[in-house]
Amino acid sequence: MKLKTVIFICLLLLATISVSAQEGTEVVPEADTTEQMPPPAPISMLTATDTDNDNGHSVTLTWEASPDDGQGAGTVMFYEIFRWVPLMRDTVEQVRSELANAEQELDIGDPTGEIKERRNRLRDEYAGLLSRYSDAYGQYPNNGIWKSVGVSPSGDTNFVDKGSKKREAFDYLPDYCDFYYQVFAVTSDDEIRTGSEIFGPVHSYGQLFNTGRIPIFAAVLFFCFMTIYFVQKAKKGADLYVRPLAGIEAVDDAIGRATEMGKPILYVLGLGTASDVATIASFTILGRVAKKVAEYQTALIVPTYDPIVMTVAQEVVKSAYIDAGRPDDFKEDTVHFVTQSQFAYVAAVNGTMLRELPATNVYMGKFFAESLLLAETGAVAGSIQIAGTDEIAQIPFFIVACDYTLIGEELYAASAYLGREPVLLGSLKAQDWAKAAIVILGITGLIAANLGWTYFTDLFQVMN
Amino acid sequence: MKRQIPFALVFIFGAFMIFQYFIPHETSEWVYEFLLDWIIIIGIFALALGIWSLLRVSMDKIKNKKENYVYSYLILFGLFGEIIFGFTAFNGESWGFYIPFVVCALLAIGMVIHTMISTGKRTTFAGLSVLFILLSVLISIFDNSWSFHFSSAEGVQNPMFRSFFDHILIPVLSTMFALLAFFIASAAYRAFRARNLLATLLLVAALIVMMRFNPWVPVIYGDYGAKLSNWLMNVPNLAAQRAIVIGIGLGIVATALKIILGIERGYMGKG
Repeated sequence: MKLKTVIFICLLLLATISVSAQEGTEVVPEADTTEQMPPPAPISMLTATDTDNDNGHSVTLTWEASPDDGQGAGTVMFYEIFRWVPLMRDTVEQVRSELANAEQELDIGDPTGEIKERRNRLRDEYAGLLSRYSDAYGQYPNNGIWKSVGVSPSGDTNFVDKGSKKREAFDYLPDYCDFYYQVFAVTSDDEIRTGSEIFGPVHSYGQLFNTGRIPIFAAVLFFCFMTIYFVQKAKKGADLYVRPLAGIEAVDDAIGRATEMGKPILYVLGLGTASDVATIASFTILGRVAKKVAEYQTALIVPTYDPIVMTVAQEVVKSAYIDAGRPDDFKEDTVHFVTQSQFAYVAAVNGTMLRELPATNVYMGKFFAESLLLAETGAVAGSIQIAGTDEIAQIPFFIVACDYTLIGEELYAASAYLGREPVLLGSLKAQDWAKAAIVILGITGLIAANLGWTYFTDLFQVMN
Repeated sequence: MKRQIPFALVFIFGAFMIFQYFIPHETSEWVYEFLLDWIIIIGIFALALGIWSLLRVSMDKIKNKKENYVYSYLILFGLFGEIIFGFTAFNGESWGFYIPFVVCALLAIGMVIHTMISTGKRTTFAGLSVLFILLSVLISIFDNSWSFHFSSAEGVQNPMFRSFFDHILIPVLSTMFALLAFFIASAAYRAFRARNLLATLLLVAALIVMMRFNPWVPVIYGDYGAKLSNWLMNVPNLAAQRAIVIGIGLGIVATALKIILGIERGYMGKG
C-alpha cells in the first residue's frame, strides 16, 4: 500500500514538473522560410492571326516567351490562353444542353407529343441565339468575360485556338467575329501569374486555296499533262509498247477452257464499293470477260457484295452481251446480290464454287480477309484462278493460291491491255514516265538529304 | 444523249472532287459532305434492288428445284424473319401470341412466293396466303403484348432479333473467319515448297520470320535471329511494298483521270 502511494506521488510530481517545464519553454514560432514567389515576367510580342490553309474557325497565337521561362527566375510552368467571350455564351450553352436532352428524350419515346413541342421551341430559341451570337462578339469589352481556351507548356511560343465549324457544337467558333486574346504566364502556384497585353481584334476565316498542298497540286498537273500528251500521241498513231501481263493473257485461255469443259466462269468483284477505283477497273475487265463469254456462249456467275456494284455490273454485262451480238442470251440473274456481310458473302461464294465447280475463277477488285478463303476454296475446286487487287496485304495470299495474279497497278493497266485501244495505252505510258520521274526524284532527294540541301527537300514538303 | 449526260455529270463532279482537295473553304467542304450524303441515299435505294435480286435468285432455285434448293428456303426465312423481328417489340414480359403471329406471317410470305412461282395449284397457294395474312392481321390487332415499331429502334432490342443475331449469325461468321487459319497453313505449305532457287529463298526467309514470332524458339534463336527477321521485314519487304504502293497511287490517279475525261468508259458498259 505504501509503495503504491509513493509511486502515485512520484508520478504526480513528475507530471507537475513536466507541465511547469512546458509553461517555462518559450515557443518560438517557426520561421516562414518560403518567401512569397515573385510574379513572373509576362510574355511579349503577342500576335494572333487566322490559321492558314483551313476552313476557318481557328486562330493561331504566337508570342515571345517570358524571360522567366527556362531562364531568369525559371518560374514559368505553363501559359494559359484566354479569349474574351460574350456573356450570351452561357445562355447559348444552356439552351444547347436542354435541346440535346430533349432530342435524347424524343428518341426514347413521346406518347403525348409534349417533348416534340419543347424540342421545337428550344430549336427556335437556339437558332435565334446563334443568329445574334456573332454580333455579341462586337460588344467588347462590355457584356463579356475572359474564358480560358487552353494551356501551352513552358517553352512553347504558339497556340492554336481551334473551334468547331458546327453551329450546334459547344465549341463553335464563328468566323469573321472580333476575337481578343490574353496570355498568362503561370507559376507553380496557380495564383501567381502575369498577363500579357491584350491582342485584338482578330478574325478567323476559311481560305480558298491550300498553299500547303502546292507540291501535290503541281504533281497532279504534271501527271495530267503527261497523260493527255501520251493519249494525244497515241491517237495520232504512235506505236506504244506495253509489256505483256501474264494474268490478262490468261483470261482468253481460261474462257476457252471453260467453254471446252462446259462449266461456268465465276467473276468476283470483291468487297469494294462502286466508288473504289479498283472496283471501277474491275468493271472494265468484267465487260471484256463478259463479251468473250457471250461470244463463246459460256455461263457466267457474278455474285456481288454491294447493291450499287450489282446494278453497275448488270449494266456492264448487259452491254457486253449486246456488243457481242447476243442480247437474248443475257440473264439478269447472272449478276446477283448476295449479302453485305463479309463472311456470309464468302460462305455463299465458296458454296457456289463447290456446287458449280467453275472452270475459271476471276477475282478482281478490293479484297480483305476473305481473299485467301476464296482463293483456297477455288484451288480445292480445281479451277484456274486469276486475281488482281490493289490491297497490298492481300496480294501475297492471291500469289500463293492463284495461278495468275495482277499485282497492284496491273489491275488498272488490265483494262487498257485487254482493249488495246491506243487512248488507254497512252495513259499507261504516262504512268511509266511518272514512275521514272519518282525514281529520279527519290535518288536526287536521297543525295540532297545527305548533302544537307534542305531547299530541295523543302520543295516537296506537304503541309496540312 | 443517254450517254452524254452521265459523262458530263462524271466530269463535273470528278473535277469538283479534285479541286475540293485543294480548297479548304467551308463552302467547298459543305458541297463535299452533301455529295457524300448522296452515296448513302443511293445506297439505301440500291439495297432494295439487292434484296429483290436475292429474292429472285432464291425463288428461281425453288421454282426449278435446283441442286440444294432447300437452302433457299432458309435464306428467305432468315431474311423475312429478321425483318419481322426488327419491326416488332414486346410491351411487357408476356409473349402473348407473338410466336403464332411470326409463324403465320412467314407462312403467308411463303405462300405468296409459291403463288408467284408455281405453275399448278396456284389457287390453293393464293387461298392459303390470304388465310395466313388474315390470321396474322387478326393476331396483330387483338394481341396487346407486342406491337409494331416502324419509325423507332425498339425492334433492335427484341430478344428474338438479338438471339438470332448474337447466337446464330455471329458464331457462324466467326467460324468462317476461323477457317482462315487452316487455309493459311495449306497455302503456306504449297508456297514454301523448295522447287527452285527463288522458292528456296522464300522458304528460308519465311522460316526466319516465323521463328521470330514463335514463343518457344527465341531462347535458342537469340538476338541475331530477331535482328535478321526485323531486317527482312523492314528493309527488303518494306521496299518492295512501297514500290507497289507508289505504282498503285499512280494507277489510281491515272484511272481516275481517264474516267473524269471520259477515256475509260468500261464502268458504263461501254469499253
